[in-house]
Amino acid sequence: MNKIWLVIQREYLSRVQKRSFLLATLLTPLIFPSIMGIFLWISIGESENPSLQIIEVVDENNIFFIESSEQYAFSFSKISTEEGKKMVNEGDRFGFLYIPKIDLSNPSGITYFGEKNPSMNLISFLESSIKRRIEEQRLFESGISSEAINAYRTEVSIQAITLDNSGEEKVTDATVNYAIGFLAGIMIYMFIFIYGNQIMQGVIEEKSSRIIEILVSSIKPFQLMMGKIIGIGAVGLTQFLIWIILIGGISSIVMGYFGLQMPQQQAMELANPELGEMMDSQNNLQNILQVINGIDFIQLTLTFIFYFLGGYLLYGAFFAAVGAAVDAPSEAQQFMLPITIPLLIGYLGLFVFVLNDPNSNVSFWLSIIPFTSPIAMMGRVSYGVPIFDLILSMSLLVGGFFFSTWVAGKVYRIGILIHGSKVNYKTLWRWIKTN
Amino acid sequence: MEILEIQNLTKTYGNQKALSNLSLSIPKGGIFGLLGPNGAGKTTLIRIINQIIEGDSGKVFFKGEILQPKHISQIGYLPEERGLYKKMKVWDQLVYFARLKDMPAPLAKERVGYWLKKMDIISWKDKRIDDLSKGMAQKVQFISTIIHEPELLILDEPFSGFDPLNAEIIKNEIIELKEKGITVVLSTHRMESVELLCDQIAMIHRSHKILEGRLTDIKQRFRPNTYEIKLSGINTTLPENWNAYPVNGVAVFSIPLGQDSPNGTLTKLMQYGEVVGFREILPSMEEIFIQQIKNHSYE
Repeated sequence: MNKIWLVIQREYLSRVQKRSFLLATLLTPLIFPSIMGIFLWISIGESENPSLQIIEVVDENNIFFIESSEQYAFSFSKISTEEGKKMVNEGDRFGFLYIPKIDLSNPSGITYFGEKNPSMNLISFLESSIKRRIEEQRLFESGISSEAINAYRTEVSIQAITLDNSGEEKVTDATVNYAIGFLAGIMIYMFIFIYGNQIMQGVIEEKSSRIIEILVSSIKPFQLMMGKIIGIGAVGLTQFLIWIILIGGISSIVMGYFGLQMPQQQAMELANPELGEMMDSQNNLQNILQVINGIDFIQLTLTFIFYFLGGYLLYGAFFAAVGAAVDAPSEAQQFMLPITIPLLIGYLGLFVFVLNDPNSNVSFWLSIIPFTSPIAMMGRVSYGVPIFDLILSMSLLVGGFFFSTWVAGKVYRIGILIHGSKVNYKTLWRWIKTN
Repeated sequence: MEILEIQNLTKTYGNQKALSNLSLSIPKGGIFGLLGPNGAGKTTLIRIINQIIEGDSGKVFFKGEILQPKHISQIGYLPEERGLYKKMKVWDQLVYFARLKDMPAPLAKERVGYWLKKMDIISWKDKRIDDLSKGMAQKVQFISTIIHEPELLILDEPFSGFDPLNAEIIKNEIIELKEKGITVVLSTHRMESVELLCDQIAMIHRSHKILEGRLTDIKQRFRPNTYEIKLSGINTTLPENWNAYPVNGVAVFSIPLGQDSPNGTLTKLMQYGEVVGFREILPSMEEIFIQQIKNHSYE
């Protein structure tokens, strides 16, 4: 036990004291906010100084009216299609919308001409404007006045509330849960890969530089492997902790500088003015805060740390075994498949199944099986998960960790002393079977 | 008393025998030479003694007890393939290795300081192994083997990689350790160092022990019964089978004694001139080694 502690210390200190660690730890968090900062700077510049795009509209029916926005202005005229196209070609107009005489019950032939491919936003904005107008017109024709229509028009937004066992009510918003599950899952996925790779590199270094022979004459291979996995895990935790603090700090400085409290919402409005108008921002902000209040952060953080470490430990042993089986990093590729495939399944499963429907059968199994659960479960936890599922998944992860370490330990023990011979899956299997 | 007693040790890799029924006793104190060509099973034996691997059958006793993990701290091992953490500082590295061998930190630091001074590399203590010359790294490696003050020291080709000057330093260190009562097992191909250092040897070939005993006894056993003779003032022609060619009146040659006793031969020699030199030729370890390997290869 004492010796494992020594190995942990060495692995930790030798990495943390490196200049490259310091650089990566300090620079990475600078990159995210600066990219975000640049993005915001550009979009703010655009919105402060909007270049208005004029779109020429020819309406043969004389009934349509499209309201101009900050970005688009609409000018109505009676020019011919040819003239309209010419204006677009010569750059006088951003686009040209032609509405021919249409049958209101079956409108067709509405055409947009533009020099550039129009954005989805513009087209859907035009479509919804025309659609609304047609509906109004048809309602009017069937005897309903426009005042009546306006009076009946209602805005609806559904507030979702989950009831937990104690009968407590919580306001939920799938978007917030989605974002939390998404971030947590990706962080675990990245952590496993980045630090798993470091374990592998470390094992290869010890093996190829032949220190291993001295080491295993002083310490059991299993202790050495565990010490390395734990030590590097601690390095990763340290780095992530510093990142979170730095990213948080720098982001708030950047946001503060641009005077933005809610960057996502602002960005959404910039990208889609209509959506922005539709959202009552005051209400929305309150809603999000309420949702965030409703999330049990202590539980979320604890489960995150559990799956973060559990997933890392489970796969860490495999990375160590791969490192022990090869002589050089370039040979490691051939054994990476058994590690990459389940991780990718967990990762894709998180997006395709878990985040969209956390309670489906597929989501359940993805979050229970230890090889995918560290990533998939985070997607479910953010929405709230039955305690039974959580306990089952956690115990299986612990069991999976013991299993993977046991298997990997066998490969590691033999592999580290074998030099220069071709190792394939058959050889690995033989090593696992040896006592 | 034996520091190491090996009984009927067998180890097989797949269908290849690395050690067959090998027994060996290594007495406490002195330098024990473990000889044998490449692939004879020396490294396997050394790894078993270091508890890196386990034998299939047979027993190993360390100071009368079955070899077990607690003995690790009493054994020092310098593998043939050397290795140190390239990015780690000399000082940190040595302290780490000492502590891995159960030495408490304060004592480990004190010993590292002592050895770095003794080996004259104390000024390099904060350098990384990367920045050292090969010879210097070898010195650090040697220190790492003995830093925890083991009772049994196993050195696999300790002189490879050293220039003659540093090899001499290491040789003297080994002799000094021996004088302190430490048992040294020396596995090597370099027979001149065997002759110089070893008190006792064992030779392994194709997983079998083919020779064991005190160096002087073995040399006696394999002497060709041939004498080197120096004759001056030769007055008659020498017998033809003596192969002697007198130069400036002095002839140096060797003759096999055959059935004659040394004294009988001397009496005969006196008839031919003045005997100025008469010395028995003992075989070198090199010759014994090659001869033994050849003999056993035909079996």
